[in-house]
Amino acid sequence: MDKGLELRDVVISKGGKPMVSLSRSIASGEVLTIMGPSGVGKSTLLAFVTGTLAPEFIVSGTIFLDGADITDAPPHRRRVGILFQDDLLFPHMSVGQNLLFGLREDGNATQRKAMVNDALEEVGLKGYADRDPATLSGGQKARVALMRMLLSEPCALLLDEPFSRLDAALRAQVRDLVFSRAKSRALPVLMVTHDAEDATAAGGEIVKLMPS
Amino acid sequence: MKTRRFLPVLPAVTLLAMLGPILAGLYGTVLPAFGHLPAGGLFGPSITPFANLFDWAGLPRAALLSVSTGLVATIISLLIATMLTAGWSGTRPFRVLERLLSPLLSVPHAAAAFGLAFLIAPSGWIARILSPSFTGWDRPPDVLILQDPYGLALTAGLIVKEVPFLLLITLSALGQADAHRSVTVAQALGYGRVSGWLKTVFPRVYTQIRLPVYVVLAYAMSVVDMAVILGPSTPPTLSVQIVKLMSDPDIAMRLEGAAAALLQLALVVGALLFWRLGELLVAKLGMVWIASGSRGKVDVLVGTAALGAGTVCALSVLLGLAVLAIWSFAGFWGFPDALPDQLSFKNWDRHAAGTLAALLETAVIASIATFTALILTIGSLEAEYRHGLRMSSRALWLLYLPLLVPQTAFLPGLQTFMLNVGIDVGRIPVILAHLIFVLPYVFLSLSDPFRAWDARMGTIAAALGASPDRVLWQVRLPMLLRPVLTAIALGIAVSVGQYLPTLLIGGGRVATLTTEAVALASGGDRRAIGVYGLMQTAAALLPFTLALALPAIIWRNRRGLRHG
Repeated sequence: MDKGLELRDVVISKGGKPMVSLSRSIASGEVLTIMGPSGVGKSTLLAFVTGTLAPEFIVSGTIFLDGADITDAPPHRRRVGILFQDDLLFPHMSVGQNLLFGLREDGNATQRKAMVNDALEEVGLKGYADRDPATLSGGQKARVALMRMLLSEPCALLLDEPFSRLDAALRAQVRDLVFSRAKSRALPVLMVTHDAEDATAAGGEIVKLMPS
Repeated sequence: MKTRRFLPVLPAVTLLAMLGPILAGLYGTVLPAFGHLPAGGLFGPSITPFANLFDWAGLPRAALLSVSTGLVATIISLLIATMLTAGWSGTRPFRVLERLLSPLLSVPHAAAAFGLAFLIAPSGWIARILSPSFTGWDRPPDVLILQDPYGLALTAGLIVKEVPFLLLITLSALGQADAHRSVTVAQALGYGRVSGWLKTVFPRVYTQIRLPVYVVLAYAMSVVDMAVILGPSTPPTLSVQIVKLMSDPDIAMRLEGAAAALLQLALVVGALLFWRLGELLVAKLGMVWIASGSRGKVDVLVGTAALGAGTVCALSVLLGLAVLAIWSFAGFWGFPDALPDQLSFKNWDRHAAGTLAALLETAVIASIATFTALILTIGSLEAEYRHGLRMSSRALWLLYLPLLVPQTAFLPGLQTFMLNVGIDVGRIPVILAHLIFVLPYVFLSLSDPFRAWDARMGTIAAALGASPDRVLWQVRLPMLLRPVLTAIALGIAVSVGQYLPTLLIGGGRVATLTTEAVALASGGDRRAIGVYGLMQTAAALLPFTLALALPAIIWRNRRGLRHG
C-alpha cells in the first residue's frame, strides 16, 4: 500500500441507524472534500479519523495511513493533524510556546527555538514568539494554528470547516496558504465544509453526504 | 503507563471515601442504640437506650427546637434569596450585594455566630451604640436575647449564613435557565419583575437548586457549633444534646446518645419528606397563580423587603466580624461605651501560643484533606473524560449524601465504630472525617468547569502528538487554574469550619481554631473569642483571596484567561 489516507468501508451508526458510510482513498497532496448539511455526520467522520469519537457511535471499517492500520491507535500516536474553524490556540501559552508544544520532540532548546522562529517567519509572523495569542488578529491566529499543526509533522491533514470564521478577504488568503503547505508537504487532506467556494478551491473530489 | 491502570479506580475510591464512613457511622449508631456495644461489654438487643431517651423530660422540646429552627431558617433563607434574585438580578444594587455576600460564604459558621452574638446581645454592640442616648440604659438590660428558649437567635444566625449560600447557588443555576429573556417576555406581557420571574424562571431554577436546599435544611436542623453559641441550653437542641451524651464517660449515656442520633436522623428524613410534600403543594398553588394571570401588585414591596433583608444579612456578618476584631484588640470596654477605652495587641500576645498551635493543626488538616479531595476529584473527572465513565443523575445524589445525612447522626456512630474495631482517635482519622465533607464541595465546585472545557483543545493537543497525561498537565489543568484554585479554597474553608468531626473523631485531642473557639463559648471571654474567631475567619478567607489573586498574576499577560 502506498502513501496516503484510506478510509475503507467505513460505516458510522448511532442508535442502530447508519449515519455515514464512505470508502475512499486520498493520495498524497490530494484533497477530498465532504459536503452536506449540518448534523449529517461530517464532524463525526473526522472524530473517527482522529480517534476521539464518542462511545455512543458504532463504527465499522478501517483507516490506513501510509499503509499502516491506525483504526485502533490512540489519538496521539496517529500523526493525523486537524484544524477547526476556531484557531484553538492554547490561551495560557505564548505564540512560541504553542508552536513548541506542537514541534516534534527532537533537537536541543536552541535548535527548537530556531525551528519555531523559522516557522513564524515562513508565514510572515517574525518576532511574534512572545506574543499572547489573544492579542493576534483572526488571520494571524489561523496562521499560527496552521504552523503549530505542521510542526508536529503529521502524515495527513483534516480540516473541519476551517475557514468559516474568517471574513471574505482573509478567507481566500488563509485557504491558499493551507492548501499550498499541504501540497508542498505532500499531505493527504480530508476537508469537511458546507461552503461551495472552499470545495472548489480545494480542487479535489467532492462527496456529498445526505441525511439518511 | 501507571495512570491507565489506576485512573478508572478513582471514581470508586472517591465514592468509598465519602460513603464508607457514613455507612460505618450509621452501623455504629444502630447497634449501640439497641444496647449492643461489645467494646463496653454490652450485648443487645435492648430498648433501654430509647427508654432512657424518652424518659428525658427535655426531649420533646429539644426535638421540636431542631425541627423548628431548621425549617424556619430554611424557609426564610430561601425566600430572601429567591425574592432578591427575582426583584434585583442584573441591577446595580444586586451586584453590590452579591459582591458583599460571596466572601461571606466562606466565613465559618462559628465565627459568624460569635459575631452575631456580640452584635445583638443585651451588652452587644447595637445596645452599646444606642445607649444611653436612645435607650436610657447604663447597664445591659436584663432580657434574654441570646440562647432564647425559642431558638430565635439560632434561627437568625442560620439565616445570615445560609442566604449567601442559597443566593450564589441560585445565581449559578440562573445561567442555564435563560432567565433574562424569560423575564423580558413576561414584562412585555405586563408582569412585574418579581411575579414575572417567579412565574417563568423560578420553576426551572428550583429544580437545579433543590439538592442544595435540602442540604441547608438537613444542616440547619442538626448544626452543633452555632447551636452551642446561639441556641438555648435548657434544653438544648437535639444535636447539642447528642454531643453532650456522647462526651459522657458513662457508657449508658453513650447508648442513649446513639438512640438520640437515630431519632435525629429520623427527624431529618421526616423533614425532608415534609419539604418534598411542601414543594408539590407550592407547585400546585403556583400553577393556579400562573393561570390567574395576576400581574403582581405587591412586586415593588416584596422586592424592597427582600433587598432590605439581604442587606441586613450581609451587615450582620460584616459588622459581626468588625466587633470580633474590636474585641480582639480591646482593653477595658465598659458598657455602654461604643468603643473600648484603649486598643492593644495584649490579647493577641496572650493567645499567641495557643492560636499558632491551633492554626498549624488547622492548616495541616485542611491542606491534606483538600489535596486528597482534589486528587480524587480530578482523577474521577479525568477518568470520566478518558474512559467515558459518565456520572448519572443518581450518582449526583450520592455526592450530596454526606451533606444530607446529619453529622450528628453518623459521626458519633463512626467514633463508636472506630472504638469497636480498635482504631485510635487522632489527627489522621480527623483528616479522613474532614474528607467526607470536603470532597463533595470540591467535586461540585470543579466538575462544571472541568466538563465545560472545550474538548476540541484535547483533540488538537492529541493530534499534535501529546499523550493524555501531557494534555491533562500542560493544557487542561493550566487552563483550569482559576476553578482549581477556587475548589482548593472552598475545600480549605469547609475543613476550617468543621467542628463536630474534629471534636468527635479527634476524641477531644485535636485542637483546631474552630474547636478552640467553640470551646470558649461557655466561658464568655470576649477578647479570647475575638482572637480565635478572627483567626478562624482569616484561615477560611485567605485561600479565597489567593484563588482570586494568583490567576490574575500568573496569567497577567494572557488575555484569553483573564475572565475564564
